Amino acid sequence: MRKDFAPMTSLKLLAAAVVVALGLNGPALAAGDADPAPAVNWSFNGPFGTFDRAELQRGYQVYKEVCAACHAMKFVAFRNLADPGGPGFSAAEVKALAATFEVTDGPNDDGEMFKRPGLPQDKFPSPFPNQKAARAANGGAYPLDLSLIAKARPQGPDYLAALLGAGYTQPPAGFALGEGLHYNKYFPGHQIAMPKPLNPDQVTYADGTKATVEQMAHDVSAFLMWAAEPKLEERKRLGLKVMIFLVVLTGLFMAAKKRIWKDVH
Amino acid sequence: MANNNAPTSGFYANPVVKWIEYRLPVFSTLDHMVGSKYPTPKNLNYWWNFGSLAGLCLVVQILTGIVLVMHYTPHTSLAFDSVEHIMRDVNYGWLLRYMHANGASMFFIVVYIHIFRGLYFGSYKSPRELLWFLGVIILLLMMATGFMGYVLPWGQMSFWGATVITNLFSALPVVGDPIVHWLWGGFAVDNPTLNRFFSLHYLLPFVLVGVIILHVLALHQFGSNNPQGIDVKGPQDTIPFHPYYTIKDAVGVGFFLLFFSFFIFYAPNFLGHPDNYIPANPLVTPAHIVPEWYFLPFYAILRSVPDIWFIEAKLGGVLAMFGAIAILFLLPWLDTSKVRSARFRPIYKQLTWVFLITCIGLGYSGGMPAEGLPLIIGKICTVYYFLHFLVVMPLVGWFEKPTKLPASISEPVLKAQAAE
Repeated sequence: MRKDFAPMTSLKLLAAAVVVALGLNGPALAAGDADPAPAVNWSFNGPFGTFDRAELQRGYQVYKEVCAACHAMKFVAFRNLADPGGPGFSAAEVKALAATFEVTDGPNDDGEMFKRPGLPQDKFPSPFPNQKAARAANGGAYPLDLSLIAKARPQGPDYLAALLGAGYTQPPAGFALGEGLHYNKYFPGHQIAMPKPLNPDQVTYADGTKATVEQMAHDVSAFLMWAAEPKLEERKRLGLKVMIFLVVLTGLFMAAKKRIWKDVH
Repeated sequence: MANNNAPTSGFYANPVVKWIEYRLPVFSTLDHMVGSKYPTPKNLNYWWNFGSLAGLCLVVQILTGIVLVMHYTPHTSLAFDSVEHIMRDVNYGWLLRYMHANGASMFFIVVYIHIFRGLYFGSYKSPRELLWFLGVIILLLMMATGFMGYVLPWGQMSFWGATVITNLFSALPVVGDPIVHWLWGGFAVDNPTLNRFFSLHYLLPFVLVGVIILHVLALHQFGSNNPQGIDVKGPQDTIPFHPYYTIKDAVGVGFFLLFFSFFIFYAPNFLGHPDNYIPANPLVTPAHIVPEWYFLPFYAILRSVPDIWFIEAKLGGVLAMFGAIAILFLLPWLDTSKVRSARFRPIYKQLTWVFLITCIGLGYSGGMPAEGLPLIIGKICTVYYFLHFLVVMPLVGWFEKPTKLPASISEPVLKAQAAE
């Protein structure tokens, strides 16, 4: 350990101790021993990939009915659900959808906070008022904000789909599982505080798709990828135009160069 | 200094140009800097494109950076959210940020190639020592700027990278801890640290512009080196910079922009670290703290030094890391060969590739956890890195027999022509 820096080592130990003390199994512990997630053939892969609207709408339903019970998504607003390149809800649908939530606003002229129905410009309401409340309700573990989760993990959506779907298995014989923790073969360290979130037919899809665990895990992972990278389609579309322009421009430069250098020896 | 012999024909005959040129010789000055009045060796190959590309990178970074600052908030509780605001709500904010983040990587790719070009063709040798010095200073400024820029989004790697790197200074005896606290502006990496890094991240690029102007000024004193590494003997060896090298640089710009755009549009987070999409949390240490890829070779050197006699590993590592760059200042004297270009140095030519592999080995080692095989590779490469400069270069310069140099830059071309 002498090769490491003394203050860093002690800081790491301190942080690890804090993490363990809180009963939280974060990425700070034993990353790298998890199984690699199988690669998924997402509709948004590749240079021409786009999101599948129906998949994102189903994914939103899973998030709303399952994940949102514990997880916030503070960077995403209801209005984003109608943005181009997103789940493709209509403005009217978003308005109606937002109104089903109760949002705390204020203070009003009397200095009081008050409740009102959600509006499209509101961010998704968080299930807990603060981090301490979230921890208290979840056995000390903090359910992460999911806005960026698909970009904040190696292998992003592949990892999420594997973790939420096939990841929850029986621990191998002799595996010492910590109290209040659950075995997941794709989670770094294999011990995750989140109980198995998805069970068959947990949601009833409006489009009649069969709600298997794999289907829901797939849909919600795609939704989380959109939430993390809402400009993905705009980016790839602009990219194509830029690439075509640059290929032509570079071709012209090469032709001009050849012509100008013709007489140089 | 009135420009008495300003040209009067062609472009300069235009009355507006004439009026301005008489009062402010801006056109003729530009023409002497990068125009038809700047004679350039006629044999420069495409490795000579990377200087102008580096300039382009700096311009891209400054322009995108200035706009990003209009939407960014330098505060520990708001910085991360403001970056997401840029990504989600600012028109083309995602484009600006991905250009800026990947632009930093492009800048380093281009500059590392530019430096290696200098190493291979001996561009640091007399009379271009100060040109080389200014280049090393540019590299140092870039590193400082890049490091502080990576801290600004205030993600996990921002915070922990800043913590690790600033902690390095605590290795210095006696003054170490006071220096670290002075850098932090407190007793931990916190809001004062973020604010000063932001301020300096905005300042240093303009300092870079100044040093680059000096770099170009020093370049113009003797002109570019060239692949033969021999001096220009007369006008038959040169061609005007414009239009010959302006168009050749433009070709390079085209290919470079294609490469750059691939990352911006199709792999914008490939060169980043996922952990930096997690807001900074002083209580949770990432499993492996790694700097941006362009620092990995130096990070590997830092971690490769063991305790040596009374020097602790940490101090030794810090000294080695800074030494790895400082040694570049001595290069013009460590290389004892009079021949510039590796083309005419059969042994040194091979060794430059060995050195490049060493640097890549260091980069690999720096990106892996400091244990097992990567650490051993890091140690071997660190030793060779310094041996290359301190032992190999002086010795090879003495013992190597260079092959015969061409009489002039145009000679090989003329010979080939005569043979046709």
